[in-house]
Parts: sequence; C-alpha cells; structure tokens
Amino acid sequence: MNHCEGCNGCKIDEKLEKIAKKYKNVEGGIISALHEVQDTYGYISSTAQKYLSKELNVPMSEIYGIITFYSRFSLVPKGKYNIQVCMGTACYVKGSEKVLNRFKEKLGIKEGETTSDGKFSIESVRCIGACGLAPAIVINEEVYGKMDEKKVDELIEKYSKM
Amino acid sequence: MDIEKLNKIKDEYSKIIQKKRIMVCSGTGCTSSKSDVLLKNIQDKLEKDGIKNITAHKTGCFGFCAKGPIVVIDPDEIFYELVKPEDANDIVEAVINNKVVERLLVKENEKYVEKWHKLNFYSKQERIALKNCGKINPEKIEEYIALDGYQALYKALHMSRDEVIDVILNSGIRGRGGAGFPTGKKWKFAKEAKGDVKYVCCNADEGDPGAFMDRSILEGDPNAVLEAMAIAGYAIGAKQGYIYVRAEYPIAVKRLNIAIEQAKKLGLLGKNIFGKKFDFNIELRLGAGAFVCGEETALMNSIEGKRGEPRPRPPFPAVKGLFGKPTLLNNVETYANIPNIILKGANWYKSIGTKTSTGTKVFALGGNITNVGLVEVPMGTTLREIVYDIGGGIPEGKKFKAAQMGGPSGGCVPAKYLDVPIDYDSLNEIGAMMGSGGLIVMDDSKCMVDIAKFFLEFTVDESCGKCPPCRIGTKRMLEILTRITEGKGKDGDIEKLERLASNIKKASLCGLGQTAPNPVLSTLKYFRDEYEAHIYHKKCPAGVCKALTQVHIDEEKCKKCGICAKNCPVGAIEGQVGKVTFKINQDKCIKCGVCITKCPFKAISK
Ligand SMILES: Cc1cc2nc3c(=O)[nH]c(=O)nc-3n(C[C@H](O)[C@H](O)[C@H](O)COP(=O)(O)O)c2cc1C
Ligand code: FES
Repeated sequence: MNHCEGCNGCKIDEKLEKIAKKYKNVEGGIISALHEVQDTYGYISSTAQKYLSKELNVPMSEIYGIITFYSRFSLVPKGKYNIQVCMGTACYVKGSEKVLNRFKEKLGIKEGETTSDGKFSIESVRCIGACGLAPAIVINEEVYGKMDEKKVDELIEKYSKM
Repeated sequence: MDIEKLNKIKDEYSKIIQKKRIMVCSGTGCTSSKSDVLLKNIQDKLEKDGIKNITAHKTGCFGFCAKGPIVVIDPDEIFYELVKPEDANDIVEAVINNKVVERLLVKENEKYVEKWHKLNFYSKQERIALKNCGKINPEKIEEYIALDGYQALYKALHMSRDEVIDVILNSGIRGRGGAGFPTGKKWKFAKEAKGDVKYVCCNADEGDPGAFMDRSILEGDPNAVLEAMAIAGYAIGAKQGYIYVRAEYPIAVKRLNIAIEQAKKLGLLGKNIFGKKFDFNIELRLGAGAFVCGEETALMNSIEGKRGEPRPRPPFPAVKGLFGKPTLLNNVETYANIPNIILKGANWYKSIGTKTSTGTKVFALGGNITNVGLVEVPMGTTLREIVYDIGGGIPEGKKFKAAQMGGPSGGCVPAKYLDVPIDYDSLNEIGAMMGSGGLIVMDDSKCMVDIAKFFLEFTVDESCGKCPPCRIGTKRMLEILTRITEGKGKDGDIEKLERLASNIKKASLCGLGQTAPNPVLSTLKYFRDEYEAHIYHKKCPAGVCKALTQVHIDEEKCKKCGICAKNCPVGAIEGQVGKVTFKINQDKCIKCGVCITKCPFKAISK
C-alpha cells in the first residue's frame, strides 16, 4: 500500500505530527485524531493510519475498523467540490431523491464517487438540519436550499467554471 | 466565583439585555439563508452612523425556520421574517426612528402582526427548554447569567444530593431522547452505584434524520446544558462530564466550546465551584456519522475511541458505563429543562403537561407543512393543534395523510388520530412513539409503502452489523418492500413482513434493531390497503412508485396545444399541434410528471 507515497496528503508533515502529539495521552483520543486528519487532508491516507497507529499505540486493524465504521471518515480523497445531498426525512418528503438523481445523471457518477477530473464528488447525507429549506444540499460547507432539478443544472454550471 | 459576583454580573447584564437590541437569528437554518451577512451589514450600518445606544447581536433559533432569516427588535419584540442582507439599512433606520418596517412583518389573515408572541405560530407554544433561544447571545455567558443562569447550580450545591434528586423525581420529567425513562430514577441509580469515579454524559448525537431540536438548544443556549450537567455531576457524585455531539453540527460545536471556555474562566466549571467541595469539568467528543452511536452503550464505546457498536445490557450504564465506571446519560433537551426545575420546583413543572408526561416537548416540524420549524408545546397538546394551529396546515390545498413521529424507530399517526393528546403513553397505544421529537407531516401525495421503504433503507444502512437479526433481518424486509414498490409483490409478502418484523424486534441486541420494524408495522396497521393495492392490483394509489404508475392524457380535455410534448424531457409524447390529440408512449415515459404541471388544461394525470 505505497500508492500514496509522495502525494502531499500522505507525508508525515508537521500537521500530522502535531495531531498525534495532541491525542497521544488522551483516553479514547484516536477518533478525535482521525477527525482532525480527515478535516485537514480531506481523507485518511494509509501513511497517516500507520503513523497514528504507531504514535497512539492502536493496532492498524482497529484504526481501519474505526474508519470504515463511521461514515464521516474516508479512505480516498473527495472531489474539489463535494456535493452532499440531504436525504433526511424532511428533505426526502420534499423530493430530495429527484435532486440526487439529477446530480448523478448530470455528473455521470454515483454516490461515493468522484468525477474523473477530480472536480466533483457526490454523497447522500443524513439531515443537515436545514429542514426549513428542504430539499437542501451542501457544497463544501455552502448550503443551498429549496432545490429542484433546474437549480442542480445551474449549480453544476457555476461550479464547473470555478 | 461566589454568589455576590454572579448577582453582580446578573444585574449588570439584565440592564444591557433590556436595551434596544437587534437580534439576528444565527441558527443553522437562518445562517444558510445568509443571516451572517445580514448581521454584518446591520453592524456596519450602526458603526457608520456612529450609533452607540443600539446594538446588534446573534441569537439562537426562533423556530420559525421556514421564513428565515428572522430578526427581532428587543425589547419591543418586533418580529421580522425573510429578511435579506439588503434590508439592513431599512431595519436600522426604523429602529432609530421607533418605527417598523411593515413589508418585513409577518402577515396573518391579511393583517400584519408586529409582535413575536402575538403570532399564531407562538400562541399555543410554551417555551421552557427553548426559553433563552432568541433572547440572548449564545456566545456570551453573561447574557445567560442575566436570565438566571447558574442560579440553579448555586441552589443545588446548597441542597443535599438526595434533595436534588428528589426534586427531579417529583417533577416527573422523563427522558427526551426517545424512550421516556424517568430522569429522577436514572439519577438515583447512578448516585447509588458504587465507585469513586463516575461520569455524566450528554447525548447530543441527534440521529433522527429530520430532527433538530437538540441542535437548536445547543446553538441557542449551550450554557443551560453545561449547568444541568454540573448539577447532575453534583447529584450523582461525578467530576467529569462528556458531551457527545455530532460533527455535522459545526455551529453547535463551536458555541459549546466557547461556553465551556467562558464557564471555566468564571469558575462555574473547574475546581471548588461556588466555594464548595465540588469540582466539575466537561469535554466534547465528536460523533462521526453513525446513527447507532445515539444508543447509549454504542455512544460510550465511541467516546472510548472504539467502533460504535452497542454492548449487551445488563450491566446498565448506571452500574458499568463509560470506561467501565458508573455513568449517567441524558439527552440535551432533558438537561435543558433541569435548571428551571431546580429553580422553580417540582410542583411548578408538574403543573405543565399531563399526569404521566409532565412538562413540554420540543418538536421539529417538517415535511408538507406550511410553518416548517421548531415548536415547544405542553405535553398533551393534540397533533391537530400542532399541525393546523401552529403549523399553519398543509400547503397547496392538499390533505393531511399521516405524521411520522419518532423517526426511523417510530411510527406514523394517521388522520383519524389527529385528536389524540401527545404524550408518551397515548402515542405508544396507537403504535407510534414520542421519539426524540422529529415530526414529519405527509400530505395525500405520499405513498406510505415508499415511506416505510425509506426508513428501512436508513436502518439497513445504519445497522452496525454486530447482531444478525438486525443486520440480516432488516435487509430481507427491505428486499420485500423494494419488490412491492417495483410491482413484483407476491401473495404472502405482507405476512412475511409481519413475521420478520416480530422476530427482529424480539431478537435484536439494541434499540436500533428492536425498533427498526416499527415504520413498516405502523404503516401496515393503518395503510394496509395501500400495500394490497401494490401487491394485488399492481397500483400505487398515490402515484409515487414509478413502476406502478402510468401517466395519461385525457383525450376529451386535450386541446392539442403540444405544450406537454415540448416539455417532455425524454420525447415520450406524440401528436400534432392543432390536429392530433397527444398521447404518451408508456415505454419511453419516465413518469417525471413535468407534463402534468405544464398542461394548461389539466388534461394529464397519473
Ligand atoms: C438506535 C438508537 C438511536 C438513538 N439515538 C439517540 C439520539 O440521537 N439522541 C438521544 O438523546 N438519544 C438517542 N437514543 C436513546 C439513548 O439510547 C438514551 O436512551 C438517551 O440518550 C437517554 O437520555 P434520556 O433519558 O434523557 O432520554 C437512541 C437509542 C437508540 C436505540
Ligand atoms: S435557524 Fe433561524 S429560525 Fe431556526
């Protein structure tokens, strides 16, 4: 598993060292450490896993088990623009499935996948708490509410140019 | 910190919060509609005009999220809805001149309503858990103190531990996280458990998709939860608290962190609180997107840094919980009620609500309803009052079909039970449950089989995989439901679903599996005819399940205008403008329904 050697996210840089140091002696700190790695790099590389395993003294198997258990952690990088379509009940009742399908159709990828140019990825997520704006989506922290198929097309166009 | 100092802050800030203030909602809903830009514009305008006696602040959710961003002018409580960043100037000018911006007021029955509490939306509400949301700046502990904050902790520390627990017991409050277990009893068990190290935990994982009560409390009034946890710590004999909060709630996480810092600085958390021999600290732990982590034992595994799989009970957490020590776990909303109960007494709390379900409950009202948002009502309020009087009814002239309560663990309440009082026991009787407070209203265009399938997809996805009845059983149920919605349902499918459901409920390890079949069972109970229509007549009465739906053009009504054909995304409609009536090619049709909405003569239907 050396595929990510040399890629920026995987080097043991200062940031990773700092994270490991911070949680080294915290009881149950591995999940908090993984949160920070995920937020810093957008995913958790095998190099980062190995390093945390050594520093925090948690077996690799356990770390892998944790990463794959929690949906917030990812083993692969996400697209430059990560589109999260809310599939909470309130949004579902207001037609979020149509919105999700339109994104999939337009970008030619499925949930959990990234377009070949690395620009977009799609995820379906649980309630983002913007139920008043249902159906709602999030693109890199920016929330868009009252979505329909036409707005999907407009957003893809907008972000394609960015 | 001593009581004189606390009262000094209280006096100073009570005066401040009674001044003219522009309160801008900064809940997640309103922030998504740019309330942060709006607040900045207002503050810039105030600064530019050199105005010192009027200030603008962020505040917690008003509950009226569908019409956000919300702005309230205190102390007059003038309520503005749908405010845009560009409205900043008009609002400031109006406040300076003691006027109102009429166009931003809410219109009810053709009349503008000026004041917050005069709105129909609030008329039947009673805010206890949400009492400070919309009133104070949640990032300033002094404003919380101004509204009696931390007085309850002071009072509790001057009572005996048993006295504190007795007040909670006598108040009758039951857990707001779903199961409704009496909170006082839980505290008593935790106090009586042997051990010198104990923990107090707060469940802020809010897993029900479509619920945001806990988030709004944390965003609008984080100190209430801290204060309550400290009181609990004193009562059961714990020094350390943990709040397990969803990472998907960044604003709540940020405000909790600020609140903890500020409380530490004032000595309201830390060592020898109020000069007593009582130390208490609180740490945050972030969830990472797993529904099952809302279950108490899974939550504790997760705080310990493990996969969030549930543990068999007993031993119960009160005996052997977090890190193997006696642990008390309560939900955010449960805690939010505690300071008030301590301050005002058990009898006051008991006087609200019903005999077996005291107090109020916060609901996240969503789905096909006019006023999507947060409402807090006394227990015993009927669903009809919530949906029609507070919620403003069903939009687009459609009819109420059912309300889903309790999320993926709950059940649906059909129209015939609109007048059942909402309390723990009445809801259990009709096969629904209080749950954590998600309340999704569905109109008559929804297919109940599809809704049941939606919830089962959720549980299949979220089942942690540890126990087979839940992991495999729910999957089998989902396969049957999928088959039914695809028009391949078979005779005997309903019975098979019922059998599986009953086995899964009995044999699963934790609450997730034990309640997963509920949405199927309750829709089967009240909408069995819809299942039968799918299976035996190959029809989806609501026209939702695509495989079972056909779109038709009524030849007599068709005026041959061709608008439908022009709008069809797949070119499935054929005919000639002005000459031949239009027809839908069923092989090509994807049942998107665009033609139905576009036809000017209402000639097309499902
Ligand atoms: C699958 C599952 C998910 C749960 N999710 C939550 C949740 O998101 N929030 C919550 O407070 N309780 C949740 N609970 C209930 C908790 O296990 C626990 O009963 C509750 O937090 C106790 O607090 P209370 O007594 O104050 O209600 C869940 C239970 C199960 C079985
Ligand atoms: S988020 Fe603004 S009113 Fe709820």
